Amino acid sequence: MTYHNPPTTPRKSATFDDYAMSEIRRAAATGIYDIRGSGAKRKVPHFDDLLFLGASISRYPLEGYRERCDTSVVLGSRHARKPIELKIPITIAGMSFGSLSGPAKEALGRGATIAGTSTTTGDGGMTEEERGHSKTLVYQYLPSRYGMNPRDLRRADAIEIVVGQGAKPGGGGMLLGQKISDRVAEMRTLPKGIDQRSACRHPDWTGPDDLEIKILEIREITDWEKPIYVKVGGARPYYDTALAVKAGADVVVLDGMQGGTAATQEVFIEHVGQPTLACIRPAVKALQDLGMHRKVQLIVSGGIRNGADVAKALALGADAVSIGTAALIALGDNDPRWEDEYQKLGTTAGAYDDWHEGKDPAGITTQDPELMKRVDPVVAGRRLANYLKVMTLEAQTIARACGKNHLHNLEPEDLCALSIEAAAMAGVPLAGTNWVPGQGGF
Amino acid sequence: MNISNVATAPSREVNFAQRVFDLGESSLRELNQALHNLAPGSNENAWEVLNPKGSHSVAVGVDQPISIDVRGSVGYYCAGMNDGATITVHGSVGPGVGENMMSGSIVVKGDASQYAGATGRGGLLVIEGNASSRCGISMKGINIVVRGNIGHMSAFMAQSGNLVVLGDAGDALGDSIYEARLFVRGKVKSLGADCIKKEMRPEHIALLQNLLDRAGIKDAKPEEFTRYGSARTLYNFNIDNADAY
Repeated sequence: MTYHNPPTTPRKSATFDDYAMSEIRRAAATGIYDIRGSGAKRKVPHFDDLLFLGASISRYPLEGYRERCDTSVVLGSRHARKPIELKIPITIAGMSFGSLSGPAKEALGRGATIAGTSTTTGDGGMTEEERGHSKTLVYQYLPSRYGMNPRDLRRADAIEIVVGQGAKPGGGGMLLGQKISDRVAEMRTLPKGIDQRSACRHPDWTGPDDLEIKILEIREITDWEKPIYVKVGGARPYYDTALAVKAGADVVVLDGMQGGTAATQEVFIEHVGQPTLACIRPAVKALQDLGMHRKVQLIVSGGIRNGADVAKALALGADAVSIGTAALIALGDNDPRWEDEYQKLGTTAGAYDDWHEGKDPAGITTQDPELMKRVDPVVAGRRLANYLKVMTLEAQTIARACGKNHLHNLEPEDLCALSIEAAAMAGVPLAGTNWVPGQGGF
Repeated sequence: MNISNVATAPSREVNFAQRVFDLGESSLRELNQALHNLAPGSNENAWEVLNPKGSHSVAVGVDQPISIDVRGSVGYYCAGMNDGATITVHGSVGPGVGENMMSGSIVVKGDASQYAGATGRGGLLVIEGNASSRCGISMKGINIVVRGNIGHMSAFMAQSGNLVVLGDAGDALGDSIYEARLFVRGKVKSLGADCIKKEMRPEHIALLQNLLDRAGIKDAKPEEFTRYGSARTLYNFNIDNADAY
């Protein structure tokens, strides 16, 4: 009888997995941290971890396609003389001209307008394309103040003071030189070809007391007509929401860590901020504690993909949601039709996130004149409108099943959670139990 | 001089060139609305604001070539986003005077708090006293002339335009500066990242003389100033420059 040493199956480390090791090798080779676009890619508790209960004996449903389920939302009714009225509670998030091509911005405006919702400028100012093609346009007031001017403030339908965003709460931005075309450089008052830093703090105010005075100034400049939003990243949602309300915001925009960015350090995107799911209930609680729920509207963003996500966010207390990454996908971002070109860039359709490099095969996150021709703003706008309408129909389907004649009538009691973590974050019972973990404070 | 309160006076009765607006009697909202209601070519081209008493946002968003004299000190953001008006504050100003100014001019007879002229894109801001920290932060084309001293972190991330200081500058002047030009007659406590002393060439002498003339300053010569600007070493990220941040 002979003995031998049978080999064990090769085993990779769960800690030093393929991605971690590739990042170590990349860092060692380049001496620079990884910068990329998009939002957090790690798996975190999300809307998929919630389920609607639906109606049965205790609640009766509404008839699909027959009994009305409203989707409209009014934003900015607290102080603005001209609040915004949208047909659907799904808005297009702020994305800059510069990070996106002109045709892509135009397509966002066209799609949003067809669907009856708003779109938003970004860091870089307002372009004629998006103003002209957007019935309702929200103008971002950012720390960089690139392109900021009083004429555009007055041409806007609402103003969004950006304090932070979910991909990088506490961080600024950097548009690398290769995306700085003549037009982008002119709008930002900087030389062509240099890296353009977007500051992390506003240059002329710090803290909630200053913010209140800043909001007063913008209201005075715009004669109190425009709704003023305050956008925060998902850091401390209870306090940030409360302070934004105290400062006088009409609308709070709350962006969780899955919310996208044009260009940020990978380490920032994946390790700073909270999941969207964890942010909503604390923010709603802050509004309720101040007696301002439904008076100051809450817009939630970060990882919204379909009508179920919309319905769940609204059931948790949001007034509307906002989409960025999903809107770009609807336009054609990461489409497998460009797989050959993604391969040449060392990636694959669905994983492409080097948006800052300006080489986007889909022609969306680029300033390359040839690449951007691949976006037909009319066709892409129609695709976005279709997608927005599908999401709305999906959310209505769920709301009717829960017996609600308006999406805003959805409530936490319509939900249960599939995991303890999601139950704790969403403040709803774990499925099959009446247990809501984590009650007692944030 | 006529005294008029726009809150009660119908506009058809207000057809004289000078308007006096008393913030002790009428609200800030009424003042700014009246200023915004002015049509191009209006003959109401000279305004006087009394009793500002530290109010914020006095005369913001004005977009007509009128003159406004504010008699007293004001709070935050006086003359914010001014676009064409000539605004004189006969007192001191709080933070953010003339923020994001597009064109026109602002003269502050007293001192200025933080962020004077922040992100300004055009026009001339003259501060006859001292300016606090972050004067000219992120300036994008504005010209700022300060007769006294300026505080720390002034001209931080300044993109374009000119900052002229007859007195001294505090710490970290011009940190992360882009293409703005800084002229300081006195001492600079320290320079910020990527900001360096530069040669005063004839074109800079001419530019500075023009700015001093426009600011009404006759007791300073361009040759007495030192020019500072960007070394341009941080314009494109390089890991070997990380120590500078």
